[in-house]
Amino acid sequence: MHKKLNILFLCIIIGFSCSVDPEIKPVLPVDNIRQVVPEGWPAPVYAFENNPLSEDGFALGRALFYEKMLSRDNTISCGSCHQQFVAFAHSEHKFSHGIDGLLGNRNAPGLFNLNWNTSFMWDGGINHIEVQPLGPISNPVEMDSDLNAVISKLSSSNKYRQLFLRAFGTDSINSQRILFAIAQFQGMLYSYNSKYDYYKRGETGGEMNAQELSGYNLFVQKCNSCHKEPLFTDYAFRNNGLSMNSILQDTGRAHITGSAIDRFKFKTPSLRNIALTAPYMHDGRFNTLDEVLEHYNSGIVNYGTLDTGLQNGIVLSLQEREDLKAFLNTLTDYKFLNDERFREPN
Amino acid sequence: MKKTIFAIASLAVLFTACKKDPDEEVTPTPSTPAATTGSISLNFEHMVDTNALTLNTVNYVTANNDTVYFTKFKYYISNIKFTKSDGSIFSEPESYHLIDEATVASKTFSVANVPFGNYTAVSFMIGVDSLRNVSGAQTGALLTTNGMFWDWNSGYIMAKLEGHSNQSGASTKDILYHVGGFSGTNNVLKTVSPSFNGSTANVSSTVNPEIHLSCDISEWFKNPTTINIATLHTIHMPGTSAKTIADNYADMFSVEHIHN
Repeated sequence: MHKKLNILFLCIIIGFSCSVDPEIKPVLPVDNIRQVVPEGWPAPVYAFENNPLSEDGFALGRALFYEKMLSRDNTISCGSCHQQFVAFAHSEHKFSHGIDGLLGNRNAPGLFNLNWNTSFMWDGGINHIEVQPLGPISNPVEMDSDLNAVISKLSSSNKYRQLFLRAFGTDSINSQRILFAIAQFQGMLYSYNSKYDYYKRGETGGEMNAQELSGYNLFVQKCNSCHKEPLFTDYAFRNNGLSMNSILQDTGRAHITGSAIDRFKFKTPSLRNIALTAPYMHDGRFNTLDEVLEHYNSGIVNYGTLDTGLQNGIVLSLQEREDLKAFLNTLTDYKFLNDERFREPN
Repeated sequence: MKKTIFAIASLAVLFTACKKDPDEEVTPTPSTPAATTGSISLNFEHMVDTNALTLNTVNYVTANNDTVYFTKFKYYISNIKFTKSDGSIFSEPESYHLIDEATVASKTFSVANVPFGNYTAVSFMIGVDSLRNVSGAQTGALLTTNGMFWDWNSGYIMAKLEGHSNQSGASTKDILYHVGGFSGTNNVLKTVSPSFNGSTANVSSTVNPEIHLSCDISEWFKNPTTINIATLHTIHMPGTSAKTIADNYADMFSVEHIHN
């Protein structure tokens, strides 16, 4: 607490000293930058312990999230493939096109409630929210850069030197500061105001109709063991019976662990905002929720590591599928999609 | 105490920020109590058998009779502890050091605030302890920009040796040993305690000892497993190969002599 006050005091002093250019304002004024743990949710894995949230830290992270200088040729930002209007997934893209138009081999997931993630990426190869950006920044088919190059570009920008000064008290730029700031932005992407959430909290706007309630019951019976409420994922790695794409030959989690029992396993994705994050699965093979449900109904393939809960698939009548989709639609968080704090700054 | 210093420092910033004030008073220097601690320097000398390591230009012969020259040699030393003759142990706080053959200054560093006394042993970890591998963005020697962090499979590269050999099975004829892995069966972390051979490092008001360590790269290729570069030329993730090399290099350090 004293440390925080000291930092605040120092920031105030610096704020009044001569080194800040009064012409350069923070990217956008933001308020309400604070940690959120919605009612009934577990404690988050990441609570900004060594990276205290601040408006200036968040503003810097937001600028960096949308900053194309993160890529080798200044053409791609995080926001290029993670768009707010589809919950920070990549709209209508099976695979995203990175630098030089190169395609990746996994579908860009939505970004929200990341502080509860126990690992990052479809294969869980990245173990902490703060170091997550290193993956896409260095991936040769995404940004194909490295943080030394990024630091050098940012350091020659007066705007960024000011933003780092405001966020950290001095204008020096290093990888820890970049990663701290992006973690503040990504960690602040809380999505907890869908119709489902209002329903659970007994708030206005949470009135579910009979079909939605029927779908919810089906969900609890048939889906909830992996897509566990309230985050709609258990963060485990599972083989959900997809046939292997013979060209990509993506073995998923095994790529990280080197272990045969992890072949074709991928992290269970959250179903929050699922109506918007098509296409679906790690390789974006399904364009619609109907195709997804049909896969569970009749398309399961067993390569030996199939999840025990899916040995017989998930049999669903046509009516049940309609009800289930009606429920899944209640997981869309319009407040999150329209939250001005997360928009690309001007 | 800290608060007071901070307040003084803050006032100093405030008053010196914009212009020189000729009437400004000099901040009084607090009186220094008599010192009870000194420092111990560690110096690392990189060898290949009995020859000093020279990157890029000198060929060496491994235990398997492979001829190789090296282009890069970097490793972490962490969690340094000194044991005093009375059995007490001093642990360096925030003890993370990256040693790089290409950067002369990195091969000598000083451990500060060591209590006076005669020290009979040192121990340290080769690599970065598991906790710091799972704790997000770090600073200092542990910055991810030091070329020692895997960005797609999070974790530090504990030690890195690169070079070139005509015996290499790689199409480039390179060897690339990036040794890492901190958890479960993939753990390559080694805590070692090279013997002082009866010497002591005596920290006093007049002496800040220097411990000279030799680090023999030939050990990467032998004891217990003789490495055949034709078949083991590339390691870039945790696993059995990384463990094999780490088991080999665990005894690469020895204390040459101590200056008191």
